[in-house]
Amino acid sequence: MDDLDAFREETRRWLVANAPPSMRKPLAAGEDYCWGGRKGRWPADVARWLAAMAERGWTAPTWPREYGGGGLSEEEGKVLAQEMAKLGVRPPLVGFGLTMIGPLLLHVGSEQQKRRHLPPIAHGEIRWCQGYSEPGAGSDLAGLQTRAVRDGDVFVVTGQKVWTSFADKADWMFLLVRTDPDAPKHAGITFLLMDMASPGVTVRPIKLISGASPFCETFITDVRVPVENVVGHVNEGWGIAKMLLRFERNMIADAFKERDDAARLLALARRYLPADDGRVGQPIVRDQITQLEMDQACFDWTLARSRARVKAGHPPGPETSIFKYYGTELNQRRRDLAVRIAGPQALGWEGEGFADDEVKLTRDWLRSRGNSIEGGTSEVQLNIIAKRVLGLPD
Amino acid sequence: MALVLTEEQELLGRTARELVAARSPLKRIRQLRDARDPIGFSRDLWREMARLGWAGILIPEAHGGAGLGYTELMVVLEELGRGLVPEPMLSTVLLGASALLLGGSDAQRSDHLPAVAAGDLLLALAYQEQRSRYDVHHVETRAEWASGSWRLTGEKIQVLDGHVADVLVVSARTSGSPANAEGITLFLLRRDAPGVRVARQWRIDTRAAALVALDGVRVGAEAVLGEVDAGGALLARVLDRATIGLTADMLGGMTAAFEMTVDYLRTRRQFGVPIGSFQALKHRAARLYVETELARSAVMAAHRALDEGADDMQAARMAAIAKARCSDAYMLVAHEAVQMHGGIGMTDEHDVGFYLKAARAAEIMFGDAAYHRDRLARLQGY
Repeated sequence: MDDLDAFREETRRWLVANAPPSMRKPLAAGEDYCWGGRKGRWPADVARWLAAMAERGWTAPTWPREYGGGGLSEEEGKVLAQEMAKLGVRPPLVGFGLTMIGPLLLHVGSEQQKRRHLPPIAHGEIRWCQGYSEPGAGSDLAGLQTRAVRDGDVFVVTGQKVWTSFADKADWMFLLVRTDPDAPKHAGITFLLMDMASPGVTVRPIKLISGASPFCETFITDVRVPVENVVGHVNEGWGIAKMLLRFERNMIADAFKERDDAARLLALARRYLPADDGRVGQPIVRDQITQLEMDQACFDWTLARSRARVKAGHPPGPETSIFKYYGTELNQRRRDLAVRIAGPQALGWEGEGFADDEVKLTRDWLRSRGNSIEGGTSEVQLNIIAKRVLGLPD
Repeated sequence: MALVLTEEQELLGRTARELVAARSPLKRIRQLRDARDPIGFSRDLWREMARLGWAGILIPEAHGGAGLGYTELMVVLEELGRGLVPEPMLSTVLLGASALLLGGSDAQRSDHLPAVAAGDLLLALAYQEQRSRYDVHHVETRAEWASGSWRLTGEKIQVLDGHVADVLVVSARTSGSPANAEGITLFLLRRDAPGVRVARQWRIDTRAAALVALDGVRVGAEAVLGEVDAGGALLARVLDRATIGLTADMLGGMTAAFEMTVDYLRTRRQFGVPIGSFQALKHRAARLYVETELARSAVMAAHRALDEGADDMQAARMAAIAKARCSDAYMLVAHEAVQMHGGIGMTDEHDVGFYLKAARAAEIMFGDAAYHRDRLARLQGY
């Protein structure tokens, strides 16, 4: 305990001394976190902050030091996160490398893969994207058709991926390909790592109903991927894909953990639906705000229960489907309610007469409709719960 | 706040489940109902539970109790709720003993708590009136001080176990008008005191309740629990804690109804297949699972908060969240349970109807979901 207190003290001192003042402010409009990668260009303070943290391994605090991490224990990692939160320090680096492919490689990657890929992730040098969905393989992900044919030491990959977030900005993609077209659909899939700079890769951004989006289509034509870039074994990629989906669902659920929701909805309600006594002028809206606050609290406690279980040594199980299902539903309810509170002012797309935050409310609502589709639709999540948790028959 | 049970707590839960299975299967609940049993439970079984430490679970060891926490209480209540067990945990422990623990003088505690912990003394809290609905501060029963004693007159409704409780804790107005939070005083009186008339009430659920009519009941100054005119705040504190305890009972009930339903989906065949293979039912069952898991989290968090010394504001907030969620979730699960059982679920012969009735009674007891959402909004000033 004393050691941890000392660590906390030392961490706080270091953060105060090294975090540039601009990195201790919340994101301003138009600003984004640092996602790293060869194609990224970051303001000087962002780059300095990334370099300082990466040098200590604190971009990936609990990864082993030999892979570019900080080698911290779970407890120390938590202390670091707490101290950063207390000081309002921004994370130096975000992205799918840290949250998805990195943890996956730590679990199942070969030693050579870990040494090659993890340090560039932790240093923010390489940015990753995820090649799962295809035009004909959405909820039925295992129906994917992108082919990989062995040719000596390489696989020759041909096909199309869709909904690849940030494919236009990423340096590498982790993707699922079909290596045995004759096997049952779950059995012929392989998990590959592909350099986006390879000849034959082209990317086209997708525009959504909410406007611009991070999503892209990725066209892959006769791209040569070395055999050493197979994660796990050939034709056994489905198990790895599912493991990674659980990381993804946890991440999506985490993203919907917002502490100040009720307060923000309440502020909106006081702005658009004021009553003389400082309360909310519309009893139904007031009730819906309270309902959301309660449901959010119950959701947060459920996440906490699951974390406590994982900490006690149980791996994340099918119950993570609850988080994806319910977290996205909560977010959709919240965005929908915000728009209804704003009323006519929520109808603006751009231009005069609509404030920036009003336009954002509306676009956030539109964007939120995708939450229950991406990363496994709500219906797929309910299928998983029915089958894996409740044991209902097929 | 670590939302996991310790090994000891899990063991306590298993013990409770085994006792309920052995001594109070649903068959017994049905028999008690069909016989219109005048007591509605068994004092012998209650003593047996007391020997296991349940009656005194919150009572300090100095007063003969087990001195355990709310999380232990939760674990036991969940199992009792699972079996719809009618023994007087809610009336005697959660309402009566809580009132003594939170507001009683040393003498009042030593007079009553050891006998409560031993299972020999039953308590009831008579606070609800015909016109009070969920407002515990709406008190029309009057207590007047005259010639050296208090005289109580009024009528209380749906007093849990009021027909058999040895001692009643009664709220009465000693000043102010009926809806004032101030001016309420709590009194301890014996059920056999002159002027007390109790009549068993028959509700849809299997918990026993009674009308308590007070016609000029005389008690001395020593019968006041807490301070004169300050009983309103005490009553709210007692009810917030009892509400949290009730949610554990509700969690057990909804879990049992849900498991019963999932079993039925797996085994009932129509069109040549188990009906649980139909996606329309799978998705509804999965949603019920999500709702019960969220309820479980709220129930655990609320009990844990009490164990960690929540102040009155926090306790009220946790009670509101847990009760609103459990009220909605238990009703949803029970309604869906009947629907998914189909025709058999509508018959009295099947047990699922017991849960539907228990869900409705628990939903309304101590305030329904709409009441608690309104309360949370008020607590937070909007």
